[in-house]
Amino acid sequence: MMSFMKGRVLVVDDDTALAEMLGIVLRGEGFEPSFVADGDKALAAFRESKPDLVLLDLMLPGRDGIEVCRLIRAESGVPIVMLTAKSDTVDVVVGLESGADDYIVKPFKPKELVARIRARLRRSEEPAPEQLAIGDLVIDVAGHSVKREGQSIALTPLEFDLLVALARKPWQVFTREVLLEQVWGYRHAADTRLVNVHVQRLRSKVEKDPERPEIVVTVRGVGYKAGPS
Amino acid sequence: MSGDSAASAPGPDRAGAVRPVGRKTAGARWGRLLEGGLLQGGVQGSPVLRLFMRWVRRPLLPVMRLWRRNIQLKVVATTLLMSLGVVLLLGFVVIGQVRNGLLDAKVKASQSQATGGFAVAKQKADEAAAGTSDDGTAGDARQSQNLTSWMSDLVESLSSGGQGAFDVVTLPAGDDNSGGGRGPRASGYVDPSASVPEDLRARINGDTTAAQSYTRIFYYNNNESQPALVIGKQVNDPNGDPYQLYYLFPLTQEEKSLSLVKGTLATAGLFVVVLLGAIAWLVVRQVVTPVRMAAGIAERLSAGRLQERMKVTGEDDIARLGEAFNKMAQNLQLKIQQLEDLSRMQRRFVSDVSHELRTPLTTVRMAADVIHEAREDFDPVTARSAELLADQLDRFESLLADLLEISRFDAGAAALEAEPIDLREVVRRVVSGAEPLAERKGTHIRVLGDQQPVVAEADARRLERVLRNLVVNAVEHGEGKDVVVKLAAAGGAVAVAVRDYGVGLKPGEATRVFSRFWRADPARARTTGGTGLGLSIALEDARLHGGWLQAWGEPGGGSQFRLTLPRTADEPLRGSPIPLEPKDSRRNRGLNDAGLPRGGGDKAATVPVQPVADQIPPLASRLAGGAPTADPTALPGNGARVVPRPASGARRQNETPGEDGAEASSRPDTVPEESKKQGEAFRGR
Repeated sequence: MMSFMKGRVLVVDDDTALAEMLGIVLRGEGFEPSFVADGDKALAAFRESKPDLVLLDLMLPGRDGIEVCRLIRAESGVPIVMLTAKSDTVDVVVGLESGADDYIVKPFKPKELVARIRARLRRSEEPAPEQLAIGDLVIDVAGHSVKREGQSIALTPLEFDLLVALARKPWQVFTREVLLEQVWGYRHAADTRLVNVHVQRLRSKVEKDPERPEIVVTVRGVGYKAGPS
Repeated sequence: MSGDSAASAPGPDRAGAVRPVGRKTAGARWGRLLEGGLLQGGVQGSPVLRLFMRWVRRPLLPVMRLWRRNIQLKVVATTLLMSLGVVLLLGFVVIGQVRNGLLDAKVKASQSQATGGFAVAKQKADEAAAGTSDDGTAGDARQSQNLTSWMSDLVESLSSGGQGAFDVVTLPAGDDNSGGGRGPRASGYVDPSASVPEDLRARINGDTTAAQSYTRIFYYNNNESQPALVIGKQVNDPNGDPYQLYYLFPLTQEEKSLSLVKGTLATAGLFVVVLLGAIAWLVVRQVVTPVRMAAGIAERLSAGRLQERMKVTGEDDIARLGEAFNKMAQNLQLKIQQLEDLSRMQRRFVSDVSHELRTPLTTVRMAADVIHEAREDFDPVTARSAELLADQLDRFESLLADLLEISRFDAGAAALEAEPIDLREVVRRVVSGAEPLAERKGTHIRVLGDQQPVVAEADARRLERVLRNLVVNAVEHGEGKDVVVKLAAAGGAVAVAVRDYGVGLKPGEATRVFSRFWRADPARARTTGGTGLGLSIALEDARLHGGWLQAWGEPGGGSQFRLTLPRTADEPLRGSPIPLEPKDSRRNRGLNDAGLPRGGGDKAATVPVQPVADQIPPLASRLAGGAPTADPTALPGNGARVVPRPASGARRQNETPGEDGAEASSRPDTVPEESKKQGEAFRGR
């Protein structure tokens, strides 16, 4: 749906210089940036501009980035990429748990940022009609829907991609590195916490009992695989 | 000395041999005597006796420990013993005095009584003698008859005045037995011969003065025997023949009085002793309780519970102790809090600065990249400037990242995310990442020991960072020669050693390489623009794993950095599968510093080994450059504490199971065994 265009990006950042610079870079890459500097106004700006992706600084005046992230995630599955100055475990994990799809640590290179944004905006180019089954779930890849006994389950695009990646090769055990590459588009191994946090989020939505997962199964010491259907 | 780890050391064996001689004490000698005797005595005797000793000692051990640890018990026991001694002494003195007083009076009264009695006996004998000589007609038998009844009368009459206060006994004098009616006689059922001691009889025999002695009176009628004073004298009967007359004065009354006094004294003494013990217990308790409380609270204080305080009541010395203690604790708490605040503030500051710098740096970075992208359109000077800007920003960025990482370690905020990983994977990634640099340098990176999985619980990200650092450093300082990465696993540990054949390390540098911002040679051109924090971070990473990161090097002979990790995260390390000093070091190959063959292997063996510590410059000079935390020797688990390896080489053999063959074949076979046995600085936790 959005693959044919470069996409609108909402930049939520209070640092005007950085915001402007981000604007220059994003425009240079063909994106359509819009800006908001205040956490309290972020949600209104989000509703108004209907972006295809949100670049969100974690340290904001007013509502902080985590809160904004949660609010946006509550009403939309739009990809959110956090900008953070802290790569410490807690900050990143809290950000990811509040619904961000990916994060990028300051200072970053423009190319890195653009690659990350592109990876999030890249949707399956040819929505071939494809039905997948994983556990008792039925996945309609083209229709971007997951159903259990006719009841559809709302997933963010990222969670959906993660589930599809696992469901496509139910015989394969995916290491976190492989998942990072396939779902997030990282070339080389990065932070595997991304995978852990999103698997937890996915499980909380699709598993009957997230404590005893049956859809996304952990293979100790290796990674994850799809549960038997 | 060719390498860092080679030097001389005092012979610990000799010192050990001397010391026991000086320590020989009586106890030791006893023990030796006992043991030696037992050992010589026979195989069977010694274990039995040892068992017996153990059996005797075991129940005593808790008591002995209590004695050693409990001052209250000591004081009470000492008080009891001492007061018992005093009371006993006092008792003996008092009893002696009382007895003397009682007996003196009795003896005086008895003596006057006896003297009177002896006079009466003499007088009666004289009267009787006068009577018989008047008669003159009596025959011998009658005379004898008369004497017998006279003696009986005499005893009767003498004792009748006493009314039980004394008894009278007559015994024949000397060896003159029976005959002439002078057989033993006694008043009041007294057994005459048993009641009068032999030595008294002997004393008055042939003497005319009175003598006295103490004895016991025995009775015929089964009355209980009694202590008594006996006074005897030899007197003549009416016929002029001597016989012995004894006065026996029972001392029953006196004995009763004495035993009463004794009993009273004993009871009183016992009371006094017990009372003193109780008093000592109470008094000591008054002192000991606060002391114990202070000890307990001091322990809790040192355990980190700084808010602990003593209870203070009153104004006495103990209360002053408590007050002083509390004041000390409060000041301590205050100081510690201040220091903690300061340190927290400083760490926060570093962290905040790093974070605050990041946002503008991001903008600068992006701007620089945009400019850099467009540099073709600029004139050469501006284009070059743009390049320099971008390059230096990279360096600035990595410096900032390293600073932040170090501050995270300093703040104790670094967390280990360990999971079982195969070190070969990490090494492969690191080596392939370092390939471009190696190619530029003309260096070939070889990996050894990767035939089998080398699995350990580790944080892959940190481990990769450590190894990348080591490999890049090796390539950078390797002067185009090969770099060998060796993997090994043995026991509970895995190790990766990175060996280069470049400039190596000067003596003492092996520990300093881990210092922050330390550079081997400030004059040397830098090619890759490291931050100077890489090895410090690597060391912290290794320590976070509970592992070791150690360096070895010889000037001109290259260096080896060895990372040793426990197989499971919380297991303590005891050794490393790879020796710190590589087998192909100059010393191990028997070469001297110049690379020439050494005189002889035996000689090398006689050169004692010295720990690296001796070569480390004084602490102050190392600290001059930076914060105290930059000193790796000040921290556990770094490569700094030096433990000399035993020269026996036994440990080395244990440590190197399955050494790779490639390495072994490259070594000349003529290496003298001794030179390999040389110890090396073994720097561990």
